[in-house]
Amino acid sequence: MTTTTEPTATRGPFADPTSGTARFTTAAANYIDERTSISGFVKELGRKIFPDHWSFMLGEVALYSFIVILLSGTFLTFFFEPAMTPTHYEGTFAPMKGLEVSAAFDSAMNISFDVRGGLLMRQVHHWAALLFISSIGLHMLRIFFTGAFRKPRELNWVIGFLLFVLALAEGFTGYSLPDDLLSGNGLRIIDGMVKGIPVIGTWISYLLFGGEFPGTDIVPRLFVLHILLLPAILVAALGLHLVLLVVNKHTQFAGPGRTNENVVGVPILPTFAAKAAGFFFIVFGIIVLIASLFTINPIWNYGPYDPSPVSAGTQPDWYIGFADGALRLAPTHLEVVWFGYTVSWNILLPILVLVVFLAAVAAYPFLEAWVTGDKREHHIADRPRNAPTRTAIGAAGVVFYAVLWAAASSDLIATHFKLTIEGVIVSLQILLIIGPIIAYQVTKRVCIGLQKKDREIALHGYESGRIVRMPSGEYIEVHQPLDEYDRWRLTSYNEYKPLVVRPNAQGRITAATRVRAGFSRWFFEDRIVPVSKGELESAHHDHH
Amino acid sequence: MADVKDAAPGSAVEPVAPASAGTAVVPSEVIENPGFPPHRPRITDVDPAKEALAQRRVTGLFFISIIGSVLAAAFYIAFPIVPGDIASVRVNTLTVGLAMAFSLLGIGIGTVHWAKALISDIEIPEDRHTTKGKPETVARVSEIFTQANEESGFGRRTLIRNSLIGALVFFPLPGIVLFRDLAPANEEPNSLLRHTLWDKNVRLTRDPDGTPVRAADVVYGSAYHIIPEGIEEHEDYLEQKAKAAVLLMRIRPEDLHEEDYKKSWSYDGIVAYSKICTHVGCPVALYEQQTHHLLCPCHQSEFDVSDGAKVIFGPASRPLPQLPITVDADGYLVARSDFHEPVGPSFWERLGEDGRK
Repeated sequence: MTTTTEPTATRGPFADPTSGTARFTTAAANYIDERTSISGFVKELGRKIFPDHWSFMLGEVALYSFIVILLSGTFLTFFFEPAMTPTHYEGTFAPMKGLEVSAAFDSAMNISFDVRGGLLMRQVHHWAALLFISSIGLHMLRIFFTGAFRKPRELNWVIGFLLFVLALAEGFTGYSLPDDLLSGNGLRIIDGMVKGIPVIGTWISYLLFGGEFPGTDIVPRLFVLHILLLPAILVAALGLHLVLLVVNKHTQFAGPGRTNENVVGVPILPTFAAKAAGFFFIVFGIIVLIASLFTINPIWNYGPYDPSPVSAGTQPDWYIGFADGALRLAPTHLEVVWFGYTVSWNILLPILVLVVFLAAVAAYPFLEAWVTGDKREHHIADRPRNAPTRTAIGAAGVVFYAVLWAAASSDLIATHFKLTIEGVIVSLQILLIIGPIIAYQVTKRVCIGLQKKDREIALHGYESGRIVRMPSGEYIEVHQPLDEYDRWRLTSYNEYKPLVVRPNAQGRITAATRVRAGFSRWFFEDRIVPVSKGELESAHHDHH
Repeated sequence: MADVKDAAPGSAVEPVAPASAGTAVVPSEVIENPGFPPHRPRITDVDPAKEALAQRRVTGLFFISIIGSVLAAAFYIAFPIVPGDIASVRVNTLTVGLAMAFSLLGIGIGTVHWAKALISDIEIPEDRHTTKGKPETVARVSEIFTQANEESGFGRRTLIRNSLIGALVFFPLPGIVLFRDLAPANEEPNSLLRHTLWDKNVRLTRDPDGTPVRAADVVYGSAYHIIPEGIEEHEDYLEQKAKAAVLLMRIRPEDLHEEDYKKSWSYDGIVAYSKICTHVGCPVALYEQQTHHLLCPCHQSEFDVSDGAKVIFGPASRPLPQLPITVDADGYLVARSDFHEPVGPSFWERLGEDGRK
């Protein structure tokens, strides 16, 4: 800070430098501060603390791959022509010379074969998009399994969910732009699904495609969505996501010295900033490395879109797989006619399943908060084992998603493992129902088993593997006690007990209370109590 | 917030009224948080030689990055794309890409190594505060809203307020209507979906070259991809093809089961079915000649061509529509009429009247 005797206009708030470079940076900092009062911002954020754990990196991967998507995508827009005007391909790829293709396909081919670095940038863009969506998925799983969605972060969970949906939409719209055979069939499927919507479906499809499928409007329209509307919403939601991250401060795992009232870690300047910036370049570098070595979306193998041909083994990009799989698993003959109108339950049922599944994901924080009734803020991330029911629900959800996803490759599974396609589909239909149930039970038992083991270790120490023969001839294994820091990690977690149904002020037991009590029992009946101080003391006593 | 420590571990309590812990158990006797473990110095903190080594490594990585960047630019020029030469595309992609990756990874790994080996790794605690605003802030906000309400009369002048809400409900209406002309105004989908280019005496020609098919050339077990003659002259070629694509197969009479009213729709065991799946519209392109089954490669619906293209497996519900065919005077296969139902995916008004008629 300046002293009161110095006029701030000449010195500014920053320290008085001696060296030339420092004098320049100080002058520059003062120049900006005098026009933006940015110093307050840096004071607030400069030494803000970020806790460290490998799993906190997943969200960072998503953020950085998104930046790579923006950079590579901007490059591609300079060359891509979002039009379906027919033209003749005259580029480097000889097998397609003279073929009638759309301008979109033609320009995508030219980016791939006639622009230096164009293929590299297309592949960077596509690989970055795949990494973006997969890291969002893993990031969401991390948040879910550690309970980092609890108050005050429920809204940020919902924003994150929105980002996930936007990422899927961005992926699908981008995938459709080159107007190749594979993506065209994807659009044909969207057309069929939209037409299956009761009452308005036929019209929505008609308006979406600007007439009959495929029309000549869909690529330019998807282009506008892909590069303007969706990214704008995505960037806004991402900004909000990060602002809330700063406001809420990051969660941390239980550890010595860490409490719900503090956040322990390294400051943004310099440590976290250096790690994060370095990590951005690592993510970027790995994407470029993959893109220069591995082909992705070879549209020259697929050819331009034509509604008649299709190749066996078609499947969408992996992230759309769960939706395509849901369509494949619908049983035969679900379509009905009601009052002379066709209701395509073979399309509506999968759509409903997906919507309910995604809605459950979005709403989960609120459901759990309602069951526990816990209105406190939670900043200590749970170890998954310490919330066995939640972890089991998550595992069931993962299996449900995985079965739908596997179903999108049902034909490839059948041909690869020499099975019948019917057998694969029927097995997956059954697995879609019982798989999550099995996953739930197994996960819950595993969690409880791990919790029991943790108790054992906290109370009696590790099995050291050292066998000692006592003077009496008895053999015992020496247990190595934990130090207090490690013990704290094992013993520090929240415990809940099932809700007891009690009449309210009017002496009535409402249906909502009963339902909540039922859920509460389901959640917490099999709980393992954390080690208490008394137990610890008596365990120590036994050993001495 | 010293009194907070008295509450349950892992609870944040507002100074005014503690938040409900719900069904959480608040233990009476708590194991105490042992506090921060002693900081373990890194090898670079204690050994100046290692510190110097780490410093050299970081600098080295940054130099690798510079080399990568320069090489990427050099490769861009040195390995141009030779028109007509696919291999040159691969060389260009590979060299420029790998050099760029080195450039990026050099900076990335260098910076992270700097952070991990040389920048202080001492963890610092920072206090958290309840997310909710301070009581005086909340009180002031409430004051502002009350004042705004009084000054505007939003709560008092209910007529103004309610009419405003009414106006806001109606204002998006033009926005919805404006989208009608996303698709041609003089058409409507319900009738478009009912008509294809097939008509009486339109020849069946091969996809994509357009040569007509003679009935005598269609042998048992073969399958032809068919489009209507003259389709390529149409302006909306792809839209027409998306409805008119047909598969032609010949099945031995003893294997062919036909409903009575459809007996005249086939010719000497030759049947023609829409190629567009009745599920979501993929081309049903895989024909298994031994079983006479058609398989949709998108969602694995199976249709039995020997039995009216009925669905025998998969998510589809309706048989593929059949195109009635016969032969003309020259022995070429021709359509007897258009399809008798809309082809492709089901839609709400499918069974209704043609909107245009």
